Amino acid sequence: MAKILIPTPLRKFTENNATVEVTKNTIGDSIHELAEKHPGLKKHLIDEKGDIRSFIRIYLGDDDIKSLDGPSTRIEENSLISIIPAIAGGM
Amino acid sequence: METYLIKSETTTLKITPEAYHTMIEHGESGFPNEICGFLYGKYSGDEKLITLAKPAENVKEGDQRRRFEIDPRDYQRAEVFALTEGFDFLGIYHTHPNHPAIPSIHDLKQAMPVFSYIILSIQEGKFDHIRSWQIDDQENKFFEENITNLNQNG
Repeated sequence: MAKILIPTPLRKFTENNATVEVTKNTIGDSIHELAEKHPGLKKHLIDEKGDIRSFIRIYLGDDDIKSLDGPSTRIEENSLISIIPAIAGGM
Repeated sequence: METYLIKSETTTLKITPEAYHTMIEHGESGFPNEICGFLYGKYSGDEKLITLAKPAENVKEGDQRRRFEIDPRDYQRAEVFALTEGFDFLGIYHTHPNHPAIPSIHDLKQAMPVFSYIILSIQEGKFDHIRSWQIDDQENKFFEENITNLNQNG
């Protein structure tokens, strides 16, 4: 099964597991599957419209899914998906 | 104090002298721009011990004196580094050049749970003070973490 790497600050919603296995065929469906398994993650990952939140980047291996097919990007049996929170700020 | 800032008496943070001086040297050398980096160490219950501060590149386009941004690839590498090296990934540090170490509304909007957000105030190129913040469970306020051991560290 494909795996999603959970960023450290969101592991409090996955019982401290660094990775979660998913069964769906696309990135978008996998993120929704993850949010259903671990409901505390939902508000961090998915917006009111059901889209992936703008503050979150999703990488398939080393590639931002924005440079692939976005949420429709297909995943393989051994894919590693990373959730990356935007880290920014200032005065 | 701004309405999105509150005091906490419960969470404590310790910083080793090495990590503390890395942040200060990075902050002073980066002045007048904001600099940023990753914090690693050990997390146990209500206490965090920061043993390593690792500088990152500020990739913000535009005025870096008032904003910072970390490349998503660098963040991804930081997570992998923590997993492979056996650290807990504890948070992010950044500087406020010529401003106090108080998080802004911009900092709040993008803050993540659990992480410590250390801010160093750099005044005209010299380190002035350090404070650390974390968002609360409702994720709409910052509470201040107590940095407990800086007097011994110098």
